Order: sequence, then structure tokens, then C-alpha cells
Amino acid sequence: MAKVHVSTTVNGQPMDVLVEPNDSLLDTLRDGLGLTGTKEGCATGDCGACSVMLDGRLVCSCLVLGAEAEGKTIDTIEGVADGDGLHVIQQKFLEHAALQCGICTPGFIVAAKALLEKNPNPDETTIRYWLAGNLCRCTGYDKIVRAVQDAADELASPA
Amino acid sequence: MAEAVDLKAIGTRPVRPDGVEKVTGRANFGADLNLPGMLHGKILRSPHAHARIKSVDLSGALAMDGVLAAVSGKDIPGGGDLGDNVLAKDKALYHGHAVAAVAARSAYIAELALDEIKVEYEVLNPVMSIDDAIADGATLVNESLHTNGDTSQPASNIAAITKFERGDVDQGFADADVVVEGEYRVPTAHQGYIEPHACTATINEEGKATVWCCTQGQFDVRSMTANCLNKQVSDIRVIPSEIGGGFGGKTTIYLEPVAVKLSEISGRPVKMVMSREEVFRATGPTSATLCRAKVGAKKDGTITAATAWLAYEAGAFAGAPVGPGCMSVLAPYDLENFRIEGHDVLVTKPKVAAYRAPGAPQSMHAMECAIDELARKLDMDPIDLRLKNAADEGTVAPYGPQFPAIGLRACLEAAKVHPNYTTPPAEGQGRGVAVGFWFNIGMQSSAEIRIAENGAVTIMEGSPDIGGSRASMCLMAAETLGIPYENINAHVGDTEATGYCNTTGGSRTTFATGMAVIEACEDIIAQCKERAALTWELDVDQVDWEDGQAIPKPGVNADVKPLSLADIARSAGRTGGPLLGRASLNAQGPGASFSVNWTDVEVDRETGKVDVKAFTGVQDAGRAIHPSYVEGQMQGGAVQGLGWALNEEYIYDADGVMENAGFLDYRVPVTSDMPMIDTQIVEVPNPSHPYGVRGVGETPIVAPLAATSNAVRDALGFRINDLPLSPPRVLAAIDENE
Repeated sequence: MAKVHVSTTVNGQPMDVLVEPNDSLLDTLRDGLGLTGTKEGCATGDCGACSVMLDGRLVCSCLVLGAEAEGKTIDTIEGVADGDGLHVIQQKFLEHAALQCGICTPGFIVAAKALLEKNPNPDETTIRYWLAGNLCRCTGYDKIVRAVQDAADELASPA
Repeated sequence: MAEAVDLKAIGTRPVRPDGVEKVTGRANFGADLNLPGMLHGKILRSPHAHARIKSVDLSGALAMDGVLAAVSGKDIPGGGDLGDNVLAKDKALYHGHAVAAVAARSAYIAELALDEIKVEYEVLNPVMSIDDAIADGATLVNESLHTNGDTSQPASNIAAITKFERGDVDQGFADADVVVEGEYRVPTAHQGYIEPHACTATINEEGKATVWCCTQGQFDVRSMTANCLNKQVSDIRVIPSEIGGGFGGKTTIYLEPVAVKLSEISGRPVKMVMSREEVFRATGPTSATLCRAKVGAKKDGTITAATAWLAYEAGAFAGAPVGPGCMSVLAPYDLENFRIEGHDVLVTKPKVAAYRAPGAPQSMHAMECAIDELARKLDMDPIDLRLKNAADEGTVAPYGPQFPAIGLRACLEAAKVHPNYTTPPAEGQGRGVAVGFWFNIGMQSSAEIRIAENGAVTIMEGSPDIGGSRASMCLMAAETLGIPYENINAHVGDTEATGYCNTTGGSRTTFATGMAVIEACEDIIAQCKERAALTWELDVDQVDWEDGQAIPKPGVNADVKPLSLADIARSAGRTGGPLLGRASLNAQGPGASFSVNWTDVEVDRETGKVDVKAFTGVQDAGRAIHPSYVEGQMQGGAVQGLGWALNEEYIYDADGVMENAGFLDYRVPVTSDMPMIDTQIVEVPNPSHPYGVRGVGETPIVAPLAATSNAVRDALGFRINDLPLSPPRVLAAIDENE
């Protein structure tokens, strides 16, 4: 199959990449662009480890074709920390020990950031339903939910 | 042993040293490595649950453009059962059993090439349950397998029978005022780690291989891969990546020897990554079980006799965790009369792998349900009944040894007064209690401590960090050396970079590798005292180590300033060379771990759905090094146990094909399914560890199965013996009972 040329913007940087027509956006990010922070847990949209933002919308990158990234804006875990250090959500995941093995963590952080940008003051139930598409097998979710709650509090009234 | 009041670092909750890498996406997991010239390997899997392999023809695949190598069973000549599981030889023993493999320029070409491999099968009857496997005239999974190796008996699907017995069981039941018994089934379940198995291998013209993979034990990957390929361990270097969950499922190998062989044939590095479907079909699961439990007691609750008859599915090769199931089933109780009999049963399902406290959740589900029924018949509080019979220091465990100090009684007493227990369940909800146990293991570990010129400390050890163990190592080093946690980092070395270390599993890492780290720190302290003595022209026994610095002992007349680790490191070249501490050990006395769990559930009588409204875990950690990660183990294990109790199961069709090989249909708990998981850490120090550590990782998965069953029993007013308590089963039981 002939490769497809894709021009896209990833974490604010314009990028060009050649993709196979059947490559997922996840494949394109990981293998085409070397952005391996986005993880594959299932490749069927069931685990959320591959969560990225596509034109401001939270998606499973395994369910999007790489070719569909043409002209789009993509934000991945690699773009969450800006030049000034960790994002509050990243910092809270560390402080709350909200990760054990860490494989689901990039997806959770991308998804939690999307939540707080949409709803800065979510209650526990809202957090739990928003993150229901992200599987974590290590933590039992307790510390993840607390980290997101704490991040929301800190973003609302910075220390 | 250090007293709790003296501890400065241990018991604090600092950020883990590998944390920033993991929240930014920098950390490299199994599938994240790419090498120049790398090929992609894929596995062809059996479409039959049980079939004789008459021939494998690789030529069609090899003729394809872009395919550089192909292998079949004969290319994995060694390894015994393990090698036969890695690639099937004469028989495919489960649907998804690996039969052949290819390496190609791309994963896509490799997938296409699998279609060009021709395998001729003679299809045999699948054997999909314990009942089928042990029935008279059952189809044999392995025609040359005899129970306990006794060839005077006919071949059987029962690989082994284990027995523990004490006292006079018949008399014990005769003495009982109340007897309860039941039969309980637990389904096949998967560890469900989010990271699929992945490895990359390369081998050079000298026959030296390097393997990068996600594993719980790089040294086990080395020896297993060497065995499968009839190579020496010294021919293989294994470099562990970060590991995206394992729970026991990454203590074995599937891909590594295949990748090495494909690399040998192609002359190129070969990367192999499983799909989620392959993970479900061909790796991991733990045993489905059939367990019978019987308990008799006096009116006052004193247990007079107990028996457990346990049968565990091993999958296609002998080796179900029925031994640990037997060890655990009655461990919480101080009993005079008991009989435990365990059966290791072959079926045509994937070869089972360890899963968190392997074997204990299933047998203890049966017994803890029976104990709950006993409490109901006796009209006793379930915690009081357990307190009445609780094993304690000095109790001889059913599997032989006498317990040293253990924390079961302390956990039960803490539970009894816990506000979550003293407050009754809400209207319409049911509450269930159960006890959990894991014996824990020690085994071999090595550690090296290196001191940089500025006094910074590097720990090099061999236990892959699956849940924050680097932080625990750094805390124990900080405590021992008397320096700040922030000055220490911990690294997990590859098989050439660090001393031998047994796998991360059995809740041994913080205990055993931690002990090696502590001893290596003590080695550093001894060296620092020598360097200070040399500098000060004192005898070494005139020097103390306190708060991270060398000082003259009280009463020693020396007008000198204390020397910090950094001071000594800076001048190490003048006092004997770099500071390098080391320790290696085979850790003894891991210290048994006990827990008490209770949960409140609500059952929707129209749909059969069970909602977990509250869950509390109380567990003895001996000493919590990093309490957040101890709580994390308790919470994560609880939710795995709740998932197994409520929804998780392998569903097979009549041909032995798994019908739910994906996370959509094999439903692990998601965030919105769960409440907060409350924890209380009890600390009854383990006398065998310098800081009192007991492993904490396994035990949390054990009690939730029975606690959930008992809670649903409480909510419904009748018992459902089998798991999972999924909506269809619960609804059918409600219909039957109303």
C-alpha cells in the first residue's frame, strides 16, 4: 500500500509524517513520530491508555486513523507539562501516589485534564463517570480520583 | 529492630523517584523500544482448543515479500512444558496456543504472512471444566500424565494431589453442635494488566542474545529463555523495561525465545507485541476452581473440625497454584482437626500463571463463605467467630511452621471497633466480612550502593518496580544511612548490571530486596567509619555513624568536625577509592500477612446488578515503609478481588473458544463501578526484618471474593455459592428463590 502524507500539529508543533492507510493515530504517534508516551492497552477503544486530544476533543487514538490527523491539532501526554514544569494534575498524581505501574497514567492525565478544562469543579461522581473509559488495574481508582479532586481544588484557588 | 519512634524516613510519603518519568510519558515500557533494522514478529495461534498437529508448512509465509524468518515448534527445542507452551509441538492444547511465528519488515506484513502458514490439525475433544476432566473416561489432555507420577495407575488429567491433615476430623465433626458445608465455584480470571506482553530481541554471530522486555523478573526470563533454546544463561542478557502491571502474569515467558530465534534466522532485531486478544487467549489466567468446605463448631463458636476439598484447573500443563490454595484455606484458624486435599487438574485452557496470592482467593472464598454460614447458624458476629478461633503467635499453621508474631488478631480487633463496622449497613444493603491471608516469600536478592562524588546515593537492585518499590528502597536507605530521601535514587539493573535477584512476586520485594538494600547501606556505613578513622587517625571502633555523618564516639578525645557522606565521598580517592556497598542474601522469615475486609452492597432485584457501596480493608503491613503505596496495594487488590467476585470470567463456547477476549466483554472494574476503598494499616512488626516489614501486595485480593459473596448473601437473604455474582447469575438466583 502506498503511504499517505499527513500534515498535522502535535503539541503545538507542525509535523509531517507518512502513514500506512491502515495505521491508527496511535500507531502514527508512537511509530511515525516517536511519541511513545501514548500507550496501547487494547487497540479497541476499551482501556483509554491511548487517550489524546484531537481538535480539543478527548479521543482514543487507537480508534482514529493516522490519515485522519491531516490538518488537525493533536495534544498528547508529552505536551501536558509546559516549559515551567509539571502540570498541576501531574503533580497531584505524584503527591497522591495515584500511579503504581504507570502504564495507564498518561491516558488518565490527558483525560483528567480534559475534564477540568470542561468542568473545573467536578464532584466525585462526575470524575468517576468521566474517567470510566480509562482502565487502571493497579490502584483501585481511589487515589486517582483524589488526585483529580485535589488538582481541581488547586486550580480553583492556586496555593 | 529500629523502634517506630526513632524512624525519620520510614512512614513518610515522598514522591517516588521514577514518578516524573511516568507522569510525562517518558518512561519506557515493553513496547516502547525500537531498534534500527528491526523486524516485527507475529504468532500463529491454534484455532482449536485441542488438536493434534500433523504438519506445519512455513513455505508460503517465507515466500512472501518482506518476510525474513519463520519458525514452528521444533525451533524451540528445550524448556519442557514451558517450551511446549511457547510453541506447540505435537498438540495444540488450547484455543490460542502458539503454533508458529514469522518476522517481517512490518507488523502488517507479518499478520498477512500468518495466513500463508499451512497447519494440518486432527481435532480432538476439548476438556473445559474440572467436572469433565476428572470424569470417568475423560479425554486426556496429556496421555502420558499420571497422578503424582505414579505410572502404576492409568493416565489421568489429575497431575497431583496434595494433602494436609491433623487430628481426628471425624471425632471433631462428631463433637460439633453445628456443621455447615458447601460447594463453591470460582471462574477462570485474568490478571488484566493494562500493558500487553512485549519484547525485542537481537542475537549476534557469537550467539550472544540481548532481550528487552516487560517482566517481573529479568533473571527468570534469562533462565527460561536459555532453557527453551538450549542455551546457557550467560549467552543471554535481559534488560527489563518499565512494566505496565503484572500481578504474577509476567513471571513467565511467551515471546522471548521466539523473538531470539527469529532474530537468529533473520540476522535482525525482532520486536514482538501481543494484542489484547492474544493476552486473553494465550497468557495468564488463573485457575477456575471447584472447592468444597465443611466446618463444625461448638455452640460457643469453637471450631472442632474443618475440611477442604479443592480442585484447581492448571490449564494445559500441570502446575495450578493448588499448593498455596491448600496452605491458605485454613491458615487464619487455630485448629486441632482438619483435612485439606488439593487437586491439580489439566484442562484445555491456557497454562495458568501466577495471579496475586496465587491460589488463595479461590480456596479462601469457599472457606470464608462457610465460616460466614457458621456465624449465621451460631448467631454470632462474624468477626467475633473469627476472633474465637484466630491463629496467633505460636499457632502451628496447617502447612507446618509455627507462626511467629502475626497480625490477624490485631486486624480483627481493629475491624471490630472501626467506625465503618460499628455503623450498620444502610437500609436495603447487605454486609459481608472475610479474612485474607498470604504466607509471603523471601528468596534471593542483591543490592549495590554507589556513592557519587557529591554524596548522592545510587541503589542498584534487581527487582522490577511494579508499584513504587524504588521509593521504598530509597526510604529504607535514607533511614539506614541517616540522609535525606531526596539524595537517593534507585535503579533496576539488567542481568549484566546487577547481582542475581529473584522475580518481583510473592510480596517479596520490599521485604527481601529491601533487606539487601539495608545491608548494603550498613556496608557503606562501615566503610565510611573506616575512612573517617583513617582521616582522623583513630581506631575504627572509636567512630560512630549518626544522622548521616561520622563522628567520634562519646568519650573519644578528638578535635575533629563530623564527616558527612558527601565529605567522605569527596575525598574517597585519598582514603581507599570509591565507596561501593554491597549485599546479597537469601531472605528468611518473610512474615505471614493477614487482612480483614468488609463490604456493603446493594442488589438491584430487577436486573441482578450488585453495587459496591462501601469497602474497608484492614491489613497488617508489619511496618509500612511508604504508607501511600501500602494503601495502594490494599485498594488495588481489593478492586481486583471485587472485579473477580462481580463480573470477571472467561466465557467459552462449546468448542472451547473464549467468547469475551477483550476489555469490553471481559469486564474489569472501571472508575464509576467503585466507591472509595477505605484502608487501615495495622503494624505488627515482622521480627525477621530490620524495620519489621511484611509483604503487603498479595493479601488484598484474597478476602474480597468471600466478603462480596457474604454481603450479597446478607442483602438477598439466601446464598449464591458460585462466582461471579454477575447480573445474569444473580437475577436467575432471585427468580429461583422468589
